[in-house]
Amino acid sequence: MTSAGSGLTLLQTCALSLLVFTGASQFALVGALAAGGNPFTAAAGAFFLGVRNAFYGLRLSQLLALPRAVRPFAAQWVIDETAAVALAQPTRRSARIGFTVTGLTLYVLWNLTTLLGAAGAEAIGDTDAWGLDAAGPAVFLALLAPMLRTTTERAVAGLAVVLGIGLLPVLPAGVPVLVAALAAPAVLWAGGRRGGRTTDVKPADDESGDDR
Amino acid sequence: MNIWIAIGVTAVGCYAVKLVGLLVPTGVLERPLVKQLAALLPVALLAALTAQQTFADGRVLVVDAKVAGLAAAAVALLLRAPFLLVVAAAVAVTAGVRAMTG
Repeated sequence: MTSAGSGLTLLQTCALSLLVFTGASQFALVGALAAGGNPFTAAAGAFFLGVRNAFYGLRLSQLLALPRAVRPFAAQWVIDETAAVALAQPTRRSARIGFTVTGLTLYVLWNLTTLLGAAGAEAIGDTDAWGLDAAGPAVFLALLAPMLRTTTERAVAGLAVVLGIGLLPVLPAGVPVLVAALAAPAVLWAGGRRGGRTTDVKPADDESGDDR
Repeated sequence: MNIWIAIGVTAVGCYAVKLVGLLVPTGVLERPLVKQLAALLPVALLAALTAQQTFADGRVLVVDAKVAGLAAAAVALLLRAPFLLVVAAAVAVTAGVRAMTG
């Protein structure tokens, strides 16, 4: 829906959902392209948002104990929700079932709604008049909100906002977001200097986002 | 064409990180610093993206109806509204403010 509003064709929008299948990255890519970013800076931002899936995979590979031949196929479904469901299961058998059912259901639904949304947006025409350009940032905000639990996380978010907005007029499109990503190591480093205080951050337990 | 390049690079990159997680031996990514960084990267990116897409029109900063829409989304989030309702609130308020202000 949002992507059709930023100049992608129906085919491109659906390809994105089929091939990338991790929501925050898809929205980031579309947003960066709409702002006129070049394809590689746009893809870099999307890529960094997808990095957390590697950590889900790490936990899941121990839990599911998948045969090596199956792993390349299972990998595409390693996202927030499948990780949350599988990790909550008491046994390996139910974890495998949970992972497969959640993965399949979300994959089918996500791609169906993408198709309907993109087709619908093309029919509507001027998506801005309907306020649809607010959907992208609202999705980001909804994904972000549950992650802001500790002071460290809030500091990172605050610094990233300042960097992202402040650098926007001076750097090429897409680059300010990448610079804003440096807020994460910067705050960690600053926190470490203040007496090595470790804040409890739990990446893999994050069941927050409605991201797929 | 540029868009297809971006889609291709993103698809390959995002798939690769998913697969890496399943394949690498435990321990490599289990160090506390790496885990913390991986948890904080999305926070930084999402915060910057939210702010930019709310206040930026191309490379110019603007305050328009979207700000009201995002405020509505924030209120919905504080009220623990479900995901779709949060997005719907942002869209509806943005469209409403635009319709009223012309």
